[in-house]
Parts: sequence; C-alpha cells; structure tokens
Amino acid sequence: MAVIFINDREFQTEEEVTLLELARQKGIEIPALCHHQALSPYGACRLCTVEVCKEDKSRLVTSCTYPVREEGISVYTDSPRVKQLRRVIVKLLLARCPQVKLIQDLAEEMGLEGSPFPLHDQEECILCGLCVRVCSEVIGKNAVSFSYRGAGRKVSTPFNEPSEECVGCTACAFVCPSGAIKVEDSDETRYMEFWNTKIPLRRCKECGITYTPENTPEYILGKLELPKNLLDLCEKCRRKAVAESLSNYDVTSRSVIIKK
Amino acid sequence: MRKIINPADLESFRQSCIKDMSREETWVAVCCGTGCSASGAHQVVSSFKEALQEKNIDGKITTRVTGCHGFCEQGPLVVVHPGNYLYCQVTPDDVEEIIEKTIIQKKAVERLQYTDPVSKEKVVVEDQVPFYYNQHRLLMRNSGIIDPTSIKDYLAISGYRALSMVLQEKSPLEVIEEIKASGLRGRGGAGFPTGLKWESCYNAPDNTRYVICNADEGDPGCFQDRSILEGNPHSVLEGMIIGAYAVSAEKGYIYVRNEYPLAVKNFSTALEQAREYGLLGENILGSGFSFDVKINRGGGAFVCGESSALIASIEGKAGEPRDKYIHATEKGLWDKPTVLNNVKTWASVPYIINNGADWYAQIGTEKSKGTMVFSLTGNVNNTGLVEVPMGITLRKLVFDIGGGIPEGKNIKAVQTGGPSGGCIPEKLLDLPLDYEKLTEAGSMMGSGGMIVMDESTCMVDVARYFLSFTQEESCGKCTPCREGGKQMLAILNNIMEGKGQENDLDMLEEIAQAMKEGSLCALGGMAPNPVLTTLKYFHQEYLDHIRDEKCPAKVCRNLIKYFINQEVCTGCGRCLKACPVDAVEGTKDEPHIIHQEKCTKCGACLEVCRYEAISVE
Repeated sequence: MAVIFINDREFQTEEEVTLLELARQKGIEIPALCHHQALSPYGACRLCTVEVCKEDKSRLVTSCTYPVREEGISVYTDSPRVKQLRRVIVKLLLARCPQVKLIQDLAEEMGLEGSPFPLHDQEECILCGLCVRVCSEVIGKNAVSFSYRGAGRKVSTPFNEPSEECVGCTACAFVCPSGAIKVEDSDETRYMEFWNTKIPLRRCKECGITYTPENTPEYILGKLELPKNLLDLCEKCRRKAVAESLSNYDVTSRSVIIKK
Repeated sequence: MRKIINPADLESFRQSCIKDMSREETWVAVCCGTGCSASGAHQVVSSFKEALQEKNIDGKITTRVTGCHGFCEQGPLVVVHPGNYLYCQVTPDDVEEIIEKTIIQKKAVERLQYTDPVSKEKVVVEDQVPFYYNQHRLLMRNSGIIDPTSIKDYLAISGYRALSMVLQEKSPLEVIEEIKASGLRGRGGAGFPTGLKWESCYNAPDNTRYVICNADEGDPGCFQDRSILEGNPHSVLEGMIIGAYAVSAEKGYIYVRNEYPLAVKNFSTALEQAREYGLLGENILGSGFSFDVKINRGGGAFVCGESSALIASIEGKAGEPRDKYIHATEKGLWDKPTVLNNVKTWASVPYIINNGADWYAQIGTEKSKGTMVFSLTGNVNNTGLVEVPMGITLRKLVFDIGGGIPEGKNIKAVQTGGPSGGCIPEKLLDLPLDYEKLTEAGSMMGSGGMIVMDESTCMVDVARYFLSFTQEESCGKCTPCREGGKQMLAILNNIMEGKGQENDLDMLEEIAQAMKEGSLCALGGMAPNPVLTTLKYFHQEYLDHIRDEKCPAKVCRNLIKYFINQEVCTGCGRCLKACPVDAVEGTKDEPHIIHQEKCTKCGACLEVCRYEAISVE
C-alpha cells in the first residue's frame, strides 16, 4: 500500500496499519501508555508521538492513531522535538502519579529526577482509559467510564455507586498499566475499591473453596461463543474446547469464527 | 400557504413578498437581538404597537421586530424608515415622541440621536454613524431589516435565489468550483478553504454524506454566530442547502448551544417555514434534490465546538475529540463523509452564489477573502458586532469603529480569537486582520472574539483568566492539555500571589510548547496562546510580579496595598462603613487608617471614597 521511512529505514506495508503497529511489527520501539493491541486506538497519553516529515514540512503526530497512507513520508521516532515532548509528558505524569512504578521507570530512562512542576498529586491512575475500553470493547459491559472533565477527570462506575453491570472479570485490572485497580478476594467476595464494587464469589460444589465471581463464567461463555456444554466437560476436555474456540477468535470482529 | 414547486413559482411568489414588505411606506425597525432584548426592546415594540393603534395609524405603519443591528452598546436601537433615523437607548416613554416627531412630522428626535464620542456631534442617519460606515456589512446587514421569523421577508430580499439558481443552472462540481474561486475560508477560526473541504467530501467514496453547521459558539464575549442565527436564520439554512447539494448530502445537522434559546427558536421556525414552502425536504423546487436538517442542542461543553467532539456529541457519545488524521470529509458523522462549517461560513455561501466568486474575492486580502464578523467587547466605547473586510487594521477597528477607549485611558492590548487566542500589544495595532497575520503574531482569527484591554489591565491576570477558562473546559482526555493546563495555572497563580520564581517563566514556556505540539485537539493546542503572547509582549510585567512582587496595573490582590492619604481624608466614615472586614479604623472627622493585616483588598473603600483619599500601591 505504501512505502515509508522510519528512522531512515525503508518499510513497505500492504494493509492499512497505524504507524505504531508498523513500527512495532518491525521491532522499532515507541513508548505508549494508552495503547493496547486488542483495543481501539485512543490517542490520549500522547507519549507515542513521532515526527512525520514530508517534503520540507514536519509535524508531530501520535503514532497510535496515525494511519500509514501517504507514500514516501519520513518518520522519526526519536527526534529532538519528539524527545522533548515526551520528557514534558513524563514530567507531567510524574507530578500526577509520583508513586507509579511505570512512570518512575520512564522518568529514570530519561534521566529525570522528580518533576519540577508545582502541583504534586498522589494519583495512581494515569487516565489511559484502557479499563474503560476493555470493559466496553471486549467484555461488552460498559460498567465503568470516564467521569468529570478537565483536571478533575476520573474513571469510575456511574456516580461512583457499586456497579450492577460489573461481572468481576477483572479485565480492567489486567490491562491497567499503573496498578491502580486492585482486586482483593476474601472468603465471600471479590472487592475492587477502585470501582467501589463488591462481587459475590462462587464456591466449588465439591470442596467449597471460592474460585470465581458469581456471574462471570456464564457471561464470558456467552461472550466468547464458547461451546455451551463447556461446564459439562471434564477439565481436560474443557481446556481443549476453549483452546479450539479461542484459536478461531477474530480480533477485528471481536468474535469467534466457528468453523463448521 | 402553498408549496413552491419550481423556480418560476418561487420568483412569482417573491414578487408578492416584495409587495407585502414594501406595502407600508413608513416602518419602524426595533432591534430585538439578545442585547437589545435584555435592555427592554420588547417593551419598546409593545409601546409602538399600542401607540400606533391608539392613533389609528397601525395599518399604515409597521413595527418590525428585527435581529441584531450590532450596535449593542447603544441598545435598544430603533430605526425609522424611510430616512434611516437612528435612535439609541430607546425606552417605552420615548415612543410617543418618536411617532409624533419622526413618523408624523418627519423630524428627528435629537435627544435620542447618537452622539459621536470623538466629534461630539449628533448623528441623524444610521449609515452616517462611524460605527456603521466604517464597516462592510454583508452577513449582518439584513438582520436589521427583516423579521427573522418571516420567510416572506427573507424572500423579499432575494432569499433562496441563490439556491434556486444553483439547482437550475449548476452542477455540484460547478458550485464547488465557485466556492473555491471565491477564496472563502472556514469562519470557525482555522481558516481551511471551504471549497477544498467540500471537494474532498464530494470525492469521498460513499453514498451517504452529511453537512453540519457548527453553532456551538462558546468563546466568552462572542455572540456573532448567535446573532446571525437569531437575526437571519434563513441565510444559514440556504447556505447549508446549497452545500448539501454540492456534496450530495441528504441530511444535515445544526449543533447549536442550548443556551441560545432565541437562536434555537428562530432557526426552528426557519426550518418549519422552509419545509412548508418546499425549500427543504423532498424534491426541493422540483429539482429532484432532497435534503433536510435536524437541530441538535448542545449541552454546554465548550469543547463540543471542536469538530470531532461535536460529531461525537451528535452521535450520542461524550463530547471528546479524536485525532483527525483522517478528516471528517472522509470519515465524519457515523463514519460517513461530512462537511462541517461554521455559521458564518454557511451564511456567506448565498452571497457568493448571488454575486459571484469574483465579486467576493475582491473583498479582503490576498489570502483571506470576504468579511469577518467580530464581537467587539471589553474596554472600548462601542461594544457590539462589527463586520469588516479581512485585512482591516486593529487600530481602525478599535478606534474608528469602536470609538476608542472609554474614560480617556490608553489601550494596552487586544485579545483576538477568544480564550485560545493571543494578546496583541498596542505596538502591533497596525496589524492587518487576516488569518496569516494573526497567527504570525501568536494569536488567531478564531471565531471572531475581540476583547480590548486598557492600561488598567494586568496581563498576567489576563493570561490566568483565559487559561483558567480553557482548563475548566478541557475534556481531560489527553495528558498535555489536562496536566499541562493544571500546572500552568498553578504557576500563574503563584506569580500573582507574589510566590513566583524566575525559572517559572521557563517552565511556562516549556509546558506551553508541549501543549501546543502535543495536545490532541485545538483546544489544548491553542490554550497556551494567551500565556505565550503575554510572555512575549509583556515580559517585563511578569518580571515585575516575580522580582519586585509588584503588579504594575494594580490588579493582583496579593501584590497591592490600599492606603488612606492622611492629608486628604476628612474622616467621613464612608469607607469605614463599607469595609466588609473591619479593616478601616478611625474616629469621626479624623483621618482613618487601613489595617493591612485585615485588609482583603476588595476595593470597597476606594469605590465609596468621595475625596480620592484612598490610593493603591
């Protein structure tokens, strides 16, 4: 489809991909916080910004949302302009979340010692929105979303009330890069303080230990279009059935293509 | 009422509208734009109607409720035709005299005439007021003449002629060529060539296309889009129908602020009327082209004026922008090719079609064609809406049209382009107003906001005010805008409180640059402009705050002190009573003093002092 240059190396792409996808396919590292390969591009953290040059013009774009289309563009993933912007972004995030390991590591890589900016918070959430997108796009529940706006922006359940939609699958905690979403399983319940939500756990009918949130298995079975008789199968056959189904999982349509 | 079925039918109907409109020789136009309405224009209308009825001449003389005349400072405005007698700040009590003298005796009521603040002379005729004659009124002209709720009035002033001509004589591509040749650029602020936008939508491979009118005008102090929608809604609608024909869209949306009830009402009326008369809907004027428009009312978020956030909002999603590397003309509303233009852009279209691209291209500068409507506000004598050719200088706008600065003060700066624009200093007042020149100066055209600031303005305070607005209105999606705005605001607050340090200025520059280059949308990208321009043009003022802990304009509360001049104070006790925190002390008829540790610097004492005994340092 297009021949482009990344850091002066020539690459060709057949299908329409984003700059970030292409770079990663080719082993070129671009830092990004709000991107996940299973989720739609979002362009919020701006850390994946790169410089795109065409003829004598150059501009900064976010590689996660920039489609590779124009023939012959030159992309620089580490130009001075790009580096400077990333430094400021990391300094800003460091002022927001000084305790978050991921941000500390980024700052250290850049040789930053603390943020010089005047306001310092102790947030754990970097507002990448991965939790919101995974709950909506993959789980299909929309149990959490953004609330408030501007500097007061948060992720939360509606009105910060305990969620009635949440099935306790913890996909949000799985994708969360900053560790803000913590899951505590106690005897009876799964508790996620971040979402102000408790989910009852289900007990094994044999030994009585809690092993999964109450509604998760049925919901996920339906969602992933796994064989309906899955719970009738023994562990060995169940694994086989799940593996077969998942091997046919289509990321684009987010559904299992069932081969007849 | 009947449906107009073809262009010939339209023309014959137009003749009857012209006849209707000019039936009465004498008529009174009462401006009922938002400004004049707020100052009591509707009571003036009632008084006219009642008085005319009492005198039994109401059949011969019409009182017409019109849209905004632009000269808001002097409202409510009344213009008596013929003769264009302009009367300012008219109250219901003045109506009797206007009827008696002007309508019956054909003489002017001198006391209601406009007095030019420069020459001190009375001006009789509307067109001779410097505020008007220095303008080039195109989009705003008819607002003061027609009743915006009457499609017949609009038809009488050649309304829908451009649409009729386009449907009869021009192919969509010819319309696009005409708009391209006119040089019209987006009036929402970014200045993208309108014809090119239409062309890329036309070329996008899809069968469903949309057009959208962006009427989510949210800049503080801006009301030009509002006034056009309120005063001449059909001109916007006609532009939209022509645009829809050019790009083959069957459906359009207007996204208008819910805080603009009159604009919503008048545009709704316009839609209903256009549908009734067959100018909107199925098979318009028998051409086979069908198009309709739906009104979407905004929920009050400033960011929804940004095109991608606006589109998301129409789709029922949260009003948050997305990256626009793929343009709306390719994937816009519901991923379909979409043309989104500002109110003024759409309203310009019928004029271009009627008068030709060449005519339009003669107005303005080489790269910025046509006229621009500005909301002139702030420390200026004639606040109001002004329409000027592109390329006019700021000085001409502020002094010739705006009548200069009140109270004999000096001008310090002009903020153009709304809260995300920049402050242009006095020394650049000869800057011609066009897209490129404003951008070069660090500001922008924006949607047409123009705030004049006199010498009593603190530029650090100005930067902080605008930044606090954009920060408040940021959606919070991207890091630079959300976190950067917050930090910049904290730095500016520190400076204003006397806690500033010299490296604060470098920090402001650094964050501002990152916001400019790294923000997701124009809100974040432009938000640092007030800070960057004030840093550039008023650097010393920042240093005064930081190094000397002084606010030269005496605005920043933490950096000023109120004193009572012991030699002047008569001990009248007014300030003592006015002080809300008991910071003033003194016995009757003896000079008073202010206890600095108690004083909150509210300025109440200064306001009530009759002897100019209180000073600020």
